[in-house]
Amino acid sequence: MYPKSSRAHFMTLTSIIEPEAEPGGAPINADALARVRRDRILAWTMPAVTMILAVALWEWTVRAYEIPHYLIPAPSRIFTTLLTDGPSLLVSAWFTVKLTFMALALAIIGGVALGALFALSRTLEMSLFPFAVILQVTPVVAIAPLILIYVDSTFAALLICAWIVAFFPILSGVVIGLRSADHNLRDLFTLYRATPWQRLRFLLAPSALPFFMASLKVAGGLALIGAVVAEFVAGTTGRNTGLASRIIESSFRNEIPRMFAALVLVSLLGIVIFALTSWLSRRVLGHWHESEIRRET
Amino acid sequence: MPRPLIRMDRVRKQFGKGTLAVSDMTVMIEEGDFVSFLGPSGCGKSTALRMIAGLLPVTAGTISIEPGSSAAENDLGFVFQEPTLMPWASVRDNVFLPLRLAGVPRAVAEPRVAAALADVGLSRFATAYPRELSGGMKMRVSIARAMVTRPRILLMDEPFAALDEMTRMKLNDDVLRLWAENRLTVIFVTHSVFESVYLSKRVLVMAARPGRIAADIALSPPWPRDDGFRSSASYVQGCRHVSEVLKSTLHDAHIDH
Repeated sequence: MYPKSSRAHFMTLTSIIEPEAEPGGAPINADALARVRRDRILAWTMPAVTMILAVALWEWTVRAYEIPHYLIPAPSRIFTTLLTDGPSLLVSAWFTVKLTFMALALAIIGGVALGALFALSRTLEMSLFPFAVILQVTPVVAIAPLILIYVDSTFAALLICAWIVAFFPILSGVVIGLRSADHNLRDLFTLYRATPWQRLRFLLAPSALPFFMASLKVAGGLALIGAVVAEFVAGTTGRNTGLASRIIESSFRNEIPRMFAALVLVSLLGIVIFALTSWLSRRVLGHWHESEIRRET
Repeated sequence: MPRPLIRMDRVRKQFGKGTLAVSDMTVMIEEGDFVSFLGPSGCGKSTALRMIAGLLPVTAGTISIEPGSSAAENDLGFVFQEPTLMPWASVRDNVFLPLRLAGVPRAVAEPRVAAALADVGLSRFATAYPRELSGGMKMRVSIARAMVTRPRILLMDEPFAALDEMTRMKLNDDVLRLWAENRLTVIFVTHSVFESVYLSKRVLVMAARPGRIAADIALSPPWPRDDGFRSSASYVQGCRHVSEVLKSTLHDAHIDH
């Protein structure tokens, strides 16, 4: 490779550039660096510590005041219930997971398709938007009984309810997003005689992405709420039912620890959905959009 | 003998029923010319440029561009006042855009994109994203994108107005080099007397309300300019002359009111 002499020369150069050691004392920005490191650790530890403290306080209060478990169960009892009822609760959880994600998927498909149509045709938007608004502003609890009457399959009825709730944020996000492309970039696409498809693919869709991701975060949470609320209204019991039915069922039987256990699973599901949509948003927008860029400090 | 390339014949532009942005503008621009539209804001210079680009319809009159020898689709390159880059795409993909829209496969376009980037000195930043670049570098990407289709005509709408003096001077020289090397015809909109005199063969001074051509000033050689020209007597003379004309049109406009 390199002739020996030039290599040796290169080595000396390197040693000149790299200082042997910090010359006496810490760097002047040591304080700031330490603060950044401390903040980063605190960002993790603070929520964890407060969470543990809260649970510990709960446990202590229940034990100290001997609160009966059919009023407020201690965290330890909820945990054991989760373990003993685990298999049957997990079946219910799976039902709710399926319901939520299918509703979200259908909301995405419907919202994106209708949003794109609205963006293409103002007339279509003006004629159809009122329906979307009516669907959105009418509480799902009020529509659910009707849907349950008209639709034979309970699962399909629940799916429709959850879909109604999750659909609107996606639709409005897509409509606003598709309209928010930079006007000079639009002119540029006109100048180069872009086809409508090229315009959608290379300009409108990427411009809409930040709005879509924001609406996805909202719709993810709403799909779960829709799934749970619909099931409450349906009041379904027996086999093949979700976490909401288990909560109602436990409340009828006064099995408060199981209610809490089911509640914990619902919250966990919500957290997972939020984490997933946040991760996706960072993944898709992280390299360019202001909302997800981590500023270098 | 240079032949006429762009003709504007009694072009008029009215927005809605209100502002008369351009009134009876008649201009002939020759092939290989470097023309500046100079004037205060609101004099219709950007509107005129956008009409030439076909981005705005004319209200009356005609604009014609002589067909070139090549049947190239994209005869025009346009550089906006802002860099107007797609923030989600890398520098390379931004420059690739015009070719992509024309249906050129990426493999075929790649060397042309690389050449356009090399031409503005940004080869090392091909994979960077716009937010990682300085204002001047973004503008260079914008120029590379306009040049990648090898246009005959380059339209520039106050491209360097937001840049600092040093960067602006550097980019002025880059534009002059591209003009000379590619035998371009350039129309350059600016509100800077110095920039217009440094760059152009010809300055069209425009006045506002209604937007119109107030004076057509031919400048003296040499072309293209180089840095030495900035300290020459003919540069000073040109600036003084254009300034005086601009001042008198502004004065007249003021009396009109």
